[in-house]
Amino acid sequence: MRDVAVIGIGLTKFGELWDKSFRQLITEAGAKAILDSGISGEEIDAMYIGSMSSGRFVGQEHIGALVADASGFSHLHIPSTRVEGACASGGLAVRQGYLSIASGINDIVVVGGIEKMNDVSGTSATGTLATAADQEWESFFGVTFPGLYAMIAQRHMHEYGTTKEQLAQVAVKNHKNGALNPNAQYRREITLEQALKATMVAEPLGLLDCSPVTDGAASIVLCAAEKAKKYTDKPIKIIGSGQGSDTLALHSRRDICTLDATVHAAKMAYKQAKVTPKDIDFAEVHDCFTIAEICAIEDLGFVKKGEGGKAIENNITTLDGQIPVNTSGGLKAKGHPVGATGVAQIVEIVEQLRGEADKRQVKDARIGLAHNVGGSGATAVVHILEGM
Amino acid sequence: MRNSVARFWREIPQRYNFLGNKCGSCGRVYFPPRETCPICRRKSLGKMEKYKLSGKGEILTYTIIHVGPEGFEEQTPYPIAVIKLDEGPCITAQIVDCDIKNVKIGMKVQSTFRKIQQDGRIGAIYYGYKFKPAEVR
Repeated sequence: MRDVAVIGIGLTKFGELWDKSFRQLITEAGAKAILDSGISGEEIDAMYIGSMSSGRFVGQEHIGALVADASGFSHLHIPSTRVEGACASGGLAVRQGYLSIASGINDIVVVGGIEKMNDVSGTSATGTLATAADQEWESFFGVTFPGLYAMIAQRHMHEYGTTKEQLAQVAVKNHKNGALNPNAQYRREITLEQALKATMVAEPLGLLDCSPVTDGAASIVLCAAEKAKKYTDKPIKIIGSGQGSDTLALHSRRDICTLDATVHAAKMAYKQAKVTPKDIDFAEVHDCFTIAEICAIEDLGFVKKGEGGKAIENNITTLDGQIPVNTSGGLKAKGHPVGATGVAQIVEIVEQLRGEADKRQVKDARIGLAHNVGGSGATAVVHILEGM
Repeated sequence: MRNSVARFWREIPQRYNFLGNKCGSCGRVYFPPRETCPICRRKSLGKMEKYKLSGKGEILTYTIIHVGPEGFEEQTPYPIAVIKLDEGPCITAQIVDCDIKNVKIGMKVQSTFRKIQQDGRIGAIYYGYKFKPAEVR
């Protein structure tokens, strides 16, 4: 298997982008990544595009070809494939690109991730996100996505004494980081009191425990590591890639508070990278809800099961903490255009490892981890990256 | 778009009568019924037998939904829970017939047949199970 490096990154602003279309967003992110890498269109061997539900959000399927076409590559007939795994679609697209180069089939691959969520009403967006859950045996009975994570939170509080304050602290931290990110949807800090008093969505989760509905796109250029130096002085190597799946419905899991798909994906990635959780300097984790970040830092092995809440309280994961988590602002503050998220996480990791994260820069960042989840935990992807 | 009558009709035995199945190889009970037993896999092929569940269980976790999905807006706030059935499987369902403040993890519950949702004002009405506090014997 060959080593693979990231040689280009591109991100659009995240937010409610009423004046930008699906085509404009993905083309903007892709062009930025391609220009950043210095490759020409003729050198692209394949494209992988992550999108959860372009069909329901903008009424358009078949977006593999659409993105290649919109990018001006239709005459090059580049193989372009859409990848779907709910909110993990972006991370899965990264992994498909990675595997295709590692296998020796391709040398240069462009990966994109996109979701344009604000062209439909809030109710419709919520309904579309709920398709990531089991439609017949969960959603039918009236559970929402926040409702599923709320049930994880309730059980976590029951078993481990995790508090609503600790959940709120995740949001406060991520907004603090988001305030430093020029591309974030919410570039403002919030107080603990605001987070605690926010409108209730699904107990114990309030509005500020939830990631927002976001438009945005992200892109990266992947290259066989042996050729990466030809394009950039700062290639960032993917040293580990893992993926796992689990029951579609939350109620069928072995343990409500553990995302076994994350545990599996992380184990795969750590093994390949020959590192342990202690070697990770910083991470972008899937905080679609505040409780999800607490479960993530446990399931990734940064802290023991049940100690995630305490870790947040002890500021272990702040920008200057022992292991900074979600320096970008995370899904909570940067925004969560579902198909783009997994790719955008890699963009943040690469910026950090290149030392280009400006006010969000983690000191001595050497190894970073990206963790992307689909649904309430039926799919998880983990990537570990290191500078070359 | 979400609700097809045929799709619901196929699930009436489960939603009305709690009809699950049992693996003829290891005896584990499944609800909703599965085509194969994930433990026995090929050994279970063609050996999954119909099995009626009691509809009794206890709350493993729950939430109170304040912002409901389409079709449920008028019911908010309502409790929904993951219930561990006495026969083993876990399911998701609403909790009714009790003060929402009294819903607790570990609470014993039993199923009751109710209207779940309907397609707009004149569309099909979908029925199924909800759970209420178990009667004390």
